[in-house]
Amino acid sequence: MGLTSQAAASTFADETRTNASLTKFLHGLPGVDQVGADERAAMLSTRSIKTSAKAEGIDLAISMIDLTTLEGMDTAGKIKTLCAKAQRPDPFDPTTPSVAAVCVYGDKVAQAKSYLTGTSIQVAAVATAFPSGRASRAVKLLDTSDAVAQGADEIDMVIDRGAFLEGRYLDVFEEIQEVKVACKSAHLKVIFETGELRTYDNVRRASWLAMIAGADFIKTSTGKVAPAATLPVTLVMLQAIRDFHNAGQRKIGMKPAGGIRTTKDALRYLVLVKETLGDAWLTPDLFRLGASSVLNDLLMQRKKLQTGAYSGPDYVTVD
Amino acid sequence: MSFEYAPAPESTSIVKLKPTYGLFINGVFVDGEKNFSTINPATEAHLAHIAEASEADVDRAVRAARVAFGSWSKMRGSDRAKYLYRIARIIQERSRELAVLESMNNGKPIRESRDVDLPLVAAHFFHYAGWADKLDYAGLGENPQPLGVAGQIIPWNFPLLMLAWKIAPALAAGNTVVLKPAETTPLTALLFAEICQQADLPAGVVNIVTGAGETGRALVNHPDINKVAFTGSTEVGRYIAQAVAGTNKKVTLELGGKAANIVFDDAAIDQAIEGIVNGIFFNQGHVCCAGSRLLVQESIAETVLGLLYERMKNLRVGDPMDKNTDVGAINSAAQLAKIRELSDAGEAEGADRWSAPCTLPEKGFWFPPTVFTNVSQVHRIAREEVFGPVLSVLTFRTPDEAVEKANNSPYGLSAGIWTEKGSRILEMSSRLRAGVIWANTFNKFDATSPFGGYKESGYGREGGRQGLEPYLKAASK
Repeated sequence: MGLTSQAAASTFADETRTNASLTKFLHGLPGVDQVGADERAAMLSTRSIKTSAKAEGIDLAISMIDLTTLEGMDTAGKIKTLCAKAQRPDPFDPTTPSVAAVCVYGDKVAQAKSYLTGTSIQVAAVATAFPSGRASRAVKLLDTSDAVAQGADEIDMVIDRGAFLEGRYLDVFEEIQEVKVACKSAHLKVIFETGELRTYDNVRRASWLAMIAGADFIKTSTGKVAPAATLPVTLVMLQAIRDFHNAGQRKIGMKPAGGIRTTKDALRYLVLVKETLGDAWLTPDLFRLGASSVLNDLLMQRKKLQTGAYSGPDYVTVD
Repeated sequence: MSFEYAPAPESTSIVKLKPTYGLFINGVFVDGEKNFSTINPATEAHLAHIAEASEADVDRAVRAARVAFGSWSKMRGSDRAKYLYRIARIIQERSRELAVLESMNNGKPIRESRDVDLPLVAAHFFHYAGWADKLDYAGLGENPQPLGVAGQIIPWNFPLLMLAWKIAPALAAGNTVVLKPAETTPLTALLFAEICQQADLPAGVVNIVTGAGETGRALVNHPDINKVAFTGSTEVGRYIAQAVAGTNKKVTLELGGKAANIVFDDAAIDQAIEGIVNGIFFNQGHVCCAGSRLLVQESIAETVLGLLYERMKNLRVGDPMDKNTDVGAINSAAQLAKIRELSDAGEAEGADRWSAPCTLPEKGFWFPPTVFTNVSQVHRIAREEVFGPVLSVLTFRTPDEAVEKANNSPYGLSAGIWTEKGSRILEMSSRLRAGVIWANTFNKFDATSPFGGYKESGYGREGGRQGLEPYLKAASK
């Protein structure tokens, strides 16, 4: 466990002593009014991002992408093209930033690492019986350490939603802590699968639970369950990150994942971050977009801004 | 890598202003004897010359309305509805033009005129169009009758929306109207007059007389009007009540407010912060039902204020035509002077002033979003209506104290309650003396919902079925 997350855990030692004390703490957090949260997110999505703001936003968004493939049919060839794309998203324009990371299943980590040697692009692995999380703790921890041993820089774990919904918060908490230890120096992203937690109150509780357990990032979804990331869910999580930081704790990163398909979608997330957490969070160190198809739309919009003409999908690579 | 919003100006080219606008009487524009200039409060640039209606002009307008009343009131309700539906649809079709013009003349952000004002304007016409042939269900028994000619005077804070609140129910009920828009914001009402022409509304059903206080006085005192509907200051409202006393004129008054926005310690804090911001900074605080008094429970006051200040730093103050502007220009030099005077009084009386850091444009009328803390009930800023982006913060310890403080005001237009406890919402709302009470939201308007005040905030209701009553009388037996 890193020093900083250890500090967080000790600050909340009383709260996390028993399931009862943790329940009391999480249920004591201020509620979230769904109508109001939806309205705020809808209002922020009316921000008009044009010209220079759009150009900045597109490059920023590209640099924040966790370019993802999580399919049973993933092959070495697929991983190779994905890694090539991650480094040079637009082969015709070297000024295009590379993405932040590629995100793969654990058994593809070594391949991804080998294709990305000498780059700053991180390799993230999903672990802990992703996407359902339905396996024993021992298997989840092994899954994690295996990916780390293969060289994963980041681990995207899923929480046990069943335990969370049963009110066994301490089990979820301890599991995150143990996975964090298994991560060693790898960064830990904790996925809530907010489409299964459903209420914004649950989303806020899960956010605090993960942050005090040692998460470096909190993440909305696996991308395998609908609804995946939404703007209001992300807003609620960003507000939890803000409150955690205001309480004197670390800066936690945020990763919405799934359902982000267009440049407009991506820019709306950046607006949300800017107006909730401020510019300090507008860096790949603290904000990621879990997506794959959005990259090509960002590239097409980028070219359109530069040339004034929309080139179309035949001018970006299909991977 | 940075991410700063670039200017995103809404084009004003859709608005084709005439150099001079006459009075809209009996379906046509006629010149006035004198003109005054109307400006853009964000730039102080001249926009157009506007005719100032004299007593004789008002008389001509009332006569035209009286003649039109004969056929309009006898027209089948379903036929009157056709005109109102047509107007509603034209408003929707021309909504961008109307929104741009509203922001140009009023100073409100285009985001608000586009997303709030215009959709509500159309909704009011649609709603009352639907009532025109169902007046038997308005609550006054079968076959209720229109009153006659309505004299309507509206304020500058929501120029077109207040016009809709006044004209739509009046026309649906079979009345004809003479409407005076505010002196500083006549332009959308004049564009509405063009829409009446476009909709082939019979001549004289809607008449629009522009001008200032004298024009309004002539209208209120005209012997041949049957109804006065006024939205504006309590001071003018008092004058109107006196002027019509002893006459047969029916009156509705929608006046000032000093609403309490009450935040309990179990509130959904982030949404309460948005509600506080929306309550007082929406439309620059030029809202009669603005949540200008924040009553926050002492145990969470510090947290709430900390989050509020952080949130206010993100408010984008400036060019109303920029699509990303949150707070626009103060409507007039006179209003700015009043806001400054009351704010200075707040400081002089010992309250602490904090304003959001923002760079205000040099030209035009501007006031930064401002919060006063350490406010006591005796301070002027806790009692008088500022009608600007100025929030007074008071604290309370118990629900009883919250009720007592909230009700301790000569006004009673609106109130807000923020709590996750449903029973508390019900209990509080039955004890608050205010016409509109919002729970876990603020400044929400709907054409189907009645709006109006208690005490010095006025009488009568606008909107919904209740909004028809002021324009109808029961059939004589």
